[in-house]
Amino acid sequence: MTYILVLEQILNGLQLGMMLFLMAAGLTLVFGVMGLINLAHGSLYMVGAFAAAAVAGWTGSFLLALTASLAAAAAAGALMELVVIRRLYRRDHLDQVLATFALILIFSEGTRWLFGSFPLFLDVPSYLSGPVSLPGGIQYPLYRLTIILIGLAVAAGLFLLIARTRIGIQIRAGEADREMIAALGVDISKLYTVVFALGAALAGLAGALVGAIQSVQVGMGEPVLILAFVVIVIGGIGSIKGALAGALLVGMTDTLGSVFLPQLFAVFMDPASAASAGASLASMLIYILMAAILLVRPSGLYGGSA
Amino acid sequence: MMLTRESLLNWAMIAALLIVPVAAWSLDEPFIITLATKAAILALAGVGLNIALGLGGLISLGHAAFFGIGGYAMGILAAHAQNYEPLFEWPFLFEGSNQMPLIWLVAVVFSALAALVIGALSLRTSGVYFIMITLAFGQMLYYFAISWSAYGGEDGLSIWVRNEFPGLNTLDPIQFFAIAYVILCLALAFAARLARSPFGLALAAARQNEDRVQAVGLTPFTLRLTAFVISGAITGLAGALFADLNRFVSPTMLSWHTSGEIMIFVILGGVGRLYGPVAGTALYILLEHLLGGISDYWQIFLGVLLLLIVLFARGGLIGALAGREKAHG
Amino acid sequence: MADVVLKTDALNKSFGALQASRDVSLDLRPGEIHALIGPNGAGKSTLIKQIAGNLTPDSGTVELLGREVTALDTVARARMGLGRTFQISALAMEYTVLQNAVLGALGGRGRVFHFFRNVMKDPELLERARDALERVGLTDDANRRTADLSHGQRRQLEVAVALTLKPRLFLMDEPMAGLGTAGSKALTGFLDGLRQEAPILLVEHDMDAVFALADRISVLVYGQIIATGTADEIRANAEVRRAYLGEEDAA
Repeated sequence: MTYILVLEQILNGLQLGMMLFLMAAGLTLVFGVMGLINLAHGSLYMVGAFAAAAVAGWTGSFLLALTASLAAAAAAGALMELVVIRRLYRRDHLDQVLATFALILIFSEGTRWLFGSFPLFLDVPSYLSGPVSLPGGIQYPLYRLTIILIGLAVAAGLFLLIARTRIGIQIRAGEADREMIAALGVDISKLYTVVFALGAALAGLAGALVGAIQSVQVGMGEPVLILAFVVIVIGGIGSIKGALAGALLVGMTDTLGSVFLPQLFAVFMDPASAASAGASLASMLIYILMAAILLVRPSGLYGGSA
Repeated sequence: MMLTRESLLNWAMIAALLIVPVAAWSLDEPFIITLATKAAILALAGVGLNIALGLGGLISLGHAAFFGIGGYAMGILAAHAQNYEPLFEWPFLFEGSNQMPLIWLVAVVFSALAALVIGALSLRTSGVYFIMITLAFGQMLYYFAISWSAYGGEDGLSIWVRNEFPGLNTLDPIQFFAIAYVILCLALAFAARLARSPFGLALAAARQNEDRVQAVGLTPFTLRLTAFVISGAITGLAGALFADLNRFVSPTMLSWHTSGEIMIFVILGGVGRLYGPVAGTALYILLEHLLGGISDYWQIFLGVLLLLIVLFARGGLIGALAGREKAHG
Repeated sequence: MADVVLKTDALNKSFGALQASRDVSLDLRPGEIHALIGPNGAGKSTLIKQIAGNLTPDSGTVELLGREVTALDTVARARMGLGRTFQISALAMEYTVLQNAVLGALGGRGRVFHFFRNVMKDPELLERARDALERVGLTDDANRRTADLSHGQRRQLEVAVALTLKPRLFLMDEPMAGLGTAGSKALTGFLDGLRQEAPILLVEHDMDAVFALADRISVLVYGQIIATGTADEIRANAEVRRAYLGEEDAA
């Protein structure tokens, strides 16, 4: 096992972590500000991917496709918020779970109806394809590197947005006390729509970016949604910092575990059973990580009291 | 006891669930018997969930774990039995089993154990954390089943012949229905007694006011964990029956969509209503059958219906037909 | 029997820069009503929570019936005989009044892990519950939904549920709040007799009730007990007048 392989896997873990961060950031913001659990966040990821695939197929431009993913997911998110979600803020979590589960059914079947059951493909543009040489002699796909950079840029942008801007102040105030910010004269329902659409846009962007590596299909958002839940449970619900830390932890654990656990098992097992036992354990690794963190800190790494 | 509209409705539903398949049997319509069997089994899964959800207020999005464990208990025992491969040889030789009572016992024990572990971890938290964590543990088992190639991995596990029950021909649809129906009735009777028992009183009180329960010297965690284990065990039993109905078990039974669907059965009928899962499952199967015949995309309608119920008709089907719930006393 | 039923020794509790309890030492003796008064924000709730077991003090100890309980939770303290009523009614709102009282009786008796018998037909529990309801005057309301009760009736039910526990001491957080003059007077009379059964640590804003009932009064200001004594001693205490009444006048 060479160090190049290890570094490469670390970069892969970083890339998965960045994707998860894009998903988890929206979820955790929406929970932190509005107190809402949104299962349909994965549908917005899917909307972004389908919008990107459709626009790329139509215009051939990857940049336009990414723009479309942001716009479509933000629009779908705003619509979702205006029609359904805002009726749920005062409801209990059970209602939120059920209503957003219903939204998943509607979005998934609606997309299947529009685009069919066959996966679409979104190609990596030529200027982003191929490997790039990194210091240390590592050849790494340029596109994956781009995803990492976009993720970092979004993270930096979000921290700036929340720390420095007016809307960031409103978001932080909203987390602290809803009545207070309404009393300060902030149009709270507009703020909620904006925050929801922002989270949706990030999910849509993640969907489009991943869509170029994997296929674009109905249901693609759900595995990611559940990983994003694990991320924010680990990081602490409502915390952007926690979402970033959790996303990196989950991304690394999942990637490194699935590569190195079978190899580790092969040290003391025959290759075939090592491969299968290693794969089985690797598939459960992030959940074991989550359970371990919960035992020590029931409200996550950066969470206050739940 | 005075018959309320709700209890009349309950009797009518449980009677209808018996009459429809019996009529179908006399008219020689085995497909309808199978649908009714499916409804009875899924309602059983819902009765299990409802103990945690309705009585205990525990929003578990991970009950597919128990449903799937029950399914795999059936699949693994029956697969070993049909292939004459010993499941283990120590401390005694065990070649699996195709006897339902033993399969049920194993399904109940293992899903209860899983519920004990998952519950002990998840119940350290509450609110959205609890929802997400139960969801995550369910998904963990789902991915584990996919990667577990010894028992079919992603493809699942097929059983050639339905398992046996002493004295009955389980291959005859109406006899298998009878098994599922009797178990459902027993589970409903158990859930009804549970709700009125000292344990049920304390459990539902913990849902309404945790401080109060602690102040009278009772521990909400222990009450909830017990409820979660009972709930998981019943859902696990339903999983074993469901796998036997299909003679097939696959990771799909463990997926979070299954958890969502079991919850939908409970909600369509009405949260916290004893017979809610029966009404909800019947409605679901009916919708699936009727709308599914019209459109491949029938789940859009299901989604819209569910959304409307959540937003505008909290009581579900029973609430709409029987009116507001009384304080039971 | 222990000569003090409840004792706190040098309790300290801070939330960030705010010190909510400062060296709080007080005790509750058999047969007495010990009232705890103090202006809003004086740290009464924080103190109650440390006594009941919801909060762990940063330093100091709590003793119940001669046993140190600082590390025990609310449930364990309730089982030892601490009967508590809450400032904001903590009742099962969907239940009937009788069901709430039976819940208390069940907690008092223990043995909750029975899954088959009908709890509302258990003669022992029902007798205990009905007896408590009768003592607070809620017999006629036994079958009403708790959510439909008036505010004052909920306060009475709080007391009734505490009675079903047959506690060794009561910890009552503003039981008079919202009762109205007549209700307040009735409850004052009731508590007066209750102290023989078990002593009461009473947090109360209703000064008429406090001065009429309390054997001893402790005054809490900025987390600190500035005086403990009989009603007359407290009335005469200059520091109390300055700190407590002065603030009342200013407000």
